[in-house]
Amino acid sequence: MLLIRCPYCEEERPELEFRNAGEAHIARSANMAGESDDDFEKFFFIRSNPKGIIYERWRHIHGCARFFNAVRDTVTDKFVMTYKAGEPKPAKLPGASK
Amino acid sequence: MKKYSVFAIAREAMRGHKGWEEQWSSPEPKKEYDVIIVGAGGHGLATAYYLATVHGITNVAVLEKGWLGGGNTGRNTTIIRSNYLYDESAGIYDHALKLWDGLSQELNYNVMYSARGVMMLAHNVHDIQVLKRHVHANRLNGIDNEWLTPEQAKEFCPPLNISRQARYPVVGAALQRRGGTARHDAVAWGYARGASARGVHIIQNCEVTGVKRAANGAVMGVDTTRGFIGAKKVGVVAAGHSSVIMNMAGVRMPLESYPLQALVSEPVKPVVPCVVMSNTVHAYISQSDKGELVIGAGTDQYVSYSQTGGLHILQHTLDAICEMFPIFTRMKMLRSWGGIVDVTPDRSPILAKTPVPGLYVNCGWGTGGFKATPGSGHVFAHTIAKDDPHPINAPFTIERFRTGRLIDEAAAAAVAH
Repeated sequence: MLLIRCPYCEEERPELEFRNAGEAHIARSANMAGESDDDFEKFFFIRSNPKGIIYERWRHIHGCARFFNAVRDTVTDKFVMTYKAGEPKPAKLPGASK
Repeated sequence: MKKYSVFAIAREAMRGHKGWEEQWSSPEPKKEYDVIIVGAGGHGLATAYYLATVHGITNVAVLEKGWLGGGNTGRNTTIIRSNYLYDESAGIYDHALKLWDGLSQELNYNVMYSARGVMMLAHNVHDIQVLKRHVHANRLNGIDNEWLTPEQAKEFCPPLNISRQARYPVVGAALQRRGGTARHDAVAWGYARGASARGVHIIQNCEVTGVKRAANGAVMGVDTTRGFIGAKKVGVVAAGHSSVIMNMAGVRMPLESYPLQALVSEPVKPVVPCVVMSNTVHAYISQSDKGELVIGAGTDQYVSYSQTGGLHILQHTLDAICEMFPIFTRMKMLRSWGGIVDVTPDRSPILAKTPVPGLYVNCGWGTGGFKATPGSGHVFAHTIAKDDPHPINAPFTIERFRTGRLIDEAAAAAVAH
């Protein structure tokens, strides 16, 4: 079971308190009805599914109930960092060489 | 290829078993093939086998980054059934089921297909409605499926607890008698032996690291840890890693990869005569010929390539098993493991041509690909050989996620995802 740091509660809590909410930083169109089929497919179905660093959403559903984002390695399942919803995608990851 | 038979066993017994030959050869990769299959699991090897036997295409390489059948082929719970709701799914899964019947003879290799019946339990009114809908839809598609009362279910599977006092009492069941199990390793080995005997090169420990495309966009071959290997047709059959390979060709996929776990108990005498599945309490169980209870658990909630999965997932499944079969509460579990399954948004597979000329993909089998192995390989070989899908896999395109023509087994599949 993963230990996940909620950036709002500022605590590491067991995975059972959280719900994964899929890939992060996928912007929903402000004009959904006007989306082309191609753009809708990209928004709704296509996922990066990386082997390595993933940016993903979690929800602390059995805690503060808030959504936040996390950076995790999908090979080791190790979390690199978590950050609050609405904050920009981190340009530089802690511990990264470049 | 020397045929396996009772006479071969007798002959070898007479001479100390010194005459058995290798089941498949391990040749050095050539510079170029007509077709490259990426992934030597059951689906990939079956594809190579049918390319050779049905379409006469034998200049084929199957590239495998690890060892043959070491991915999900050797990690699943070996369940075979075709009781899917939609016509498209019924078509492809029952195509496979028909090939299972007779596969041991076809391959001259005992895959131990055993039509012992797959029974799916209902625990509430909603389950009854859903399962009965499946029974009727299946029958309209010519697939056997029948409704059982709790008493009939217990008669079919005596250790089942049908007490009304259970937390989730069994209130009925749907039974597909043609469903059952097969020995998953033997399926990979049998297809590998048959393909190799017809000239297919099976190259293990050869990881694909890139897909080369010509100026016009068409596939030219693949970069591997053993150098560049050319081919004008490349079929990607890489299960949890399919989207990784497709990304190398510049194609982004509607896939996410999750760990799926299974476990086996200590071996005991025959006690579970069939396969029992329950969506509502989420567990499935059968017994191997070695006597181990083979138990399937669920997926983790997050994308991962770790081939492990969380302990609480196993615990949840064992709770369900003990609920359905109180006699197993003191059984010891021997091993548990995880495999990485590639899941599509509609929980149906993709077997199709891709936007890249010469590149084909067979993926998205999610939590239930083993049962489809022969049918999947058969129609995928057709798709590659003819550069055109077989009518059975024609609906399973990538484009369906743009057009909206989904095959939405996500809500309808007979197993929980």
